[in-house]
Amino acid sequence: MASLARRRTTDYVVKAISTGFAALSLVLLAWILWTLLSRGLPALGPHVFTKITAPPGAGGGLLNAIVGSLIQIGVALIVGTPIGLMCGTFLAENGRGTQVANVVRFVNDVLLSAPSILIGLFVYQLLVVPFGGFSGWAGSAALAILVIPVVVRTTEDMLNLVPIGLREAAFALGAPQWKVVTFITWRAARAGIVTGILLALARAAGETAPLLFTSLGNNGWSLNMSAPMASLPIAIYQYAASPFEDWVALAWAGALIITVGVLTLNVLSRLALAKMK
Amino acid sequence: MAASISGTEADTALIAAHKPTGRVSDPIFVGLLWASGIFVLVLLGLIIAMLFEGGLPALREFGISFLWSTTWNPVTERFGAGVMVFGTVASAVIAVIVALPLSFGIAFFLTEIAPGPFRRPIGVAIQLLAAVPSIIYGMWGFFIVVPLIAAYVQPPLIEWLGPIPLLGALFQGPPLGAGMLTAGLILALMILPFITAMFVEVLESVPPMLKESAYGVGATSYEVYRNVSVPYGRTAMVGAVMLGLGRALGETMAVTFVIGNATRMSASLFAPGATIASTIANEFPEASIGSLKLQSLLQLGFILFVISFIVLALSRLLVRSKLKG
Repeated sequence: MASLARRRTTDYVVKAISTGFAALSLVLLAWILWTLLSRGLPALGPHVFTKITAPPGAGGGLLNAIVGSLIQIGVALIVGTPIGLMCGTFLAENGRGTQVANVVRFVNDVLLSAPSILIGLFVYQLLVVPFGGFSGWAGSAALAILVIPVVVRTTEDMLNLVPIGLREAAFALGAPQWKVVTFITWRAARAGIVTGILLALARAAGETAPLLFTSLGNNGWSLNMSAPMASLPIAIYQYAASPFEDWVALAWAGALIITVGVLTLNVLSRLALAKMK
Repeated sequence: MAASISGTEADTALIAAHKPTGRVSDPIFVGLLWASGIFVLVLLGLIIAMLFEGGLPALREFGISFLWSTTWNPVTERFGAGVMVFGTVASAVIAVIVALPLSFGIAFFLTEIAPGPFRRPIGVAIQLLAAVPSIIYGMWGFFIVVPLIAAYVQPPLIEWLGPIPLLGALFQGPPLGAGMLTAGLILALMILPFITAMFVEVLESVPPMLKESAYGVGATSYEVYRNVSVPYGRTAMVGAVMLGLGRALGETMAVTFVIGNATRMSASLFAPGATIASTIANEFPEASIGSLKLQSLLQLGFILFVISFIVLALSRLLVRSKLKG
């Protein structure tokens, strides 16, 4: 064995390097945020929220993209949350310990990390090709498929934290199972389940790839869910890669809006989750 | 969040033994629960089936050699997945090679070095790296990182390492900034929080007694980490790395911005390349319904799904087996 002095030096060096690595990752995060702030803030103004996208030089904003994103995310949550909630409940209550539940949990874990662009391709094949075109519905469907696994995972985790005695007490009073689940277990895990939905919302809000082939994007004002629909990530993608300075500036403004929203949701839900566990 | 808390056998028996008293409402409710569980299975099945079916004509046209053929020529309509499969695997492997030592270091920092009150805030901050949307990494990479790499990283490397035989082949070509290496670096930063979070979770599950015994015989923190904690969690940690790899394989927007999007094979780390995901994102707008190109893109998607599925499934099996046992 090496001498004590040498072992101590090794320990010291490794600790210094590890601390350096942690500092490096924080610096990189700060760098990304700084880039967004320094380029996004100057481009941010009332026009971003009041005007719709326009040709370069015409002084457009991102209103239609923001509204389109909100609508598609809203529909995705309305569709995805109940399915995710029910599936998570199935895993934690009825399915617990069964082979079916194990398979469902496994598949859900895979879907949770599956490439989101493939979800877009899938919805393209399922909804865009047969129904004759890109649409807000297709975009919402793709986002809903991203929402479901997140909600399933957090719902199951949160329901598992609910003491079994609470359920027993309700059953002992003669409550049917649907009442026990909805009035007792869901209620007890309410805060955690809502946190999961917020995390799913944060995930859906930043996704670009699944919208490329589903809602496509739209440079005009349109609330028609059966037609191509604008969204913030797609507008950013389109504008960031363009050669026009005012478009690139708008892309940074949009990027700042999305990131601030997504990170705020994440920090809040993580704080809430940490409190519960 | 990797492992869910599963109930004891007794809990399971209690729930199973309960006879529902709601005669009409309960069967409906339980039916809905089961249906949504089955729905998730059907969803996965449908995704696999539709990607495969959509890409089948391309497979028929080009045969099984589609998988490794390096031709991608929209003009002559000859397509092959070789370049993209290589690009996907290469960029993801670079990402893991870069992210792994960083994750080991950060996990060591978060579990052993950082003073108590700082652990959680620093941990949360690093987790935020996972929350930043992919397209933001793309823009940051494209506007900030690519020019820096082109100006300060590539020229010296090409000059110093380029002339070395064999190894030099990795450092050839003009310093464009965008390319395989840049994509790998950005991906590394993106998967870092996933790997680190699971490392920390595994390390925190090491029984304190084991570590204390090692400290008791005079081991230093690093020695305990290396010889006790890491070996204890090895299986799950391999699973964590696989999760990072699986995430890197399918990452789209960030890669599309920084990889250069060239459908040519090159050994150089600096050469522009393409991944399956970036090719789909890039070429899809130019592919019309029913065209051979679209079918080839769908076939590419199917290949990516199969690769990610295998990696993610392995990851999960490794992580679960360890955390449960």
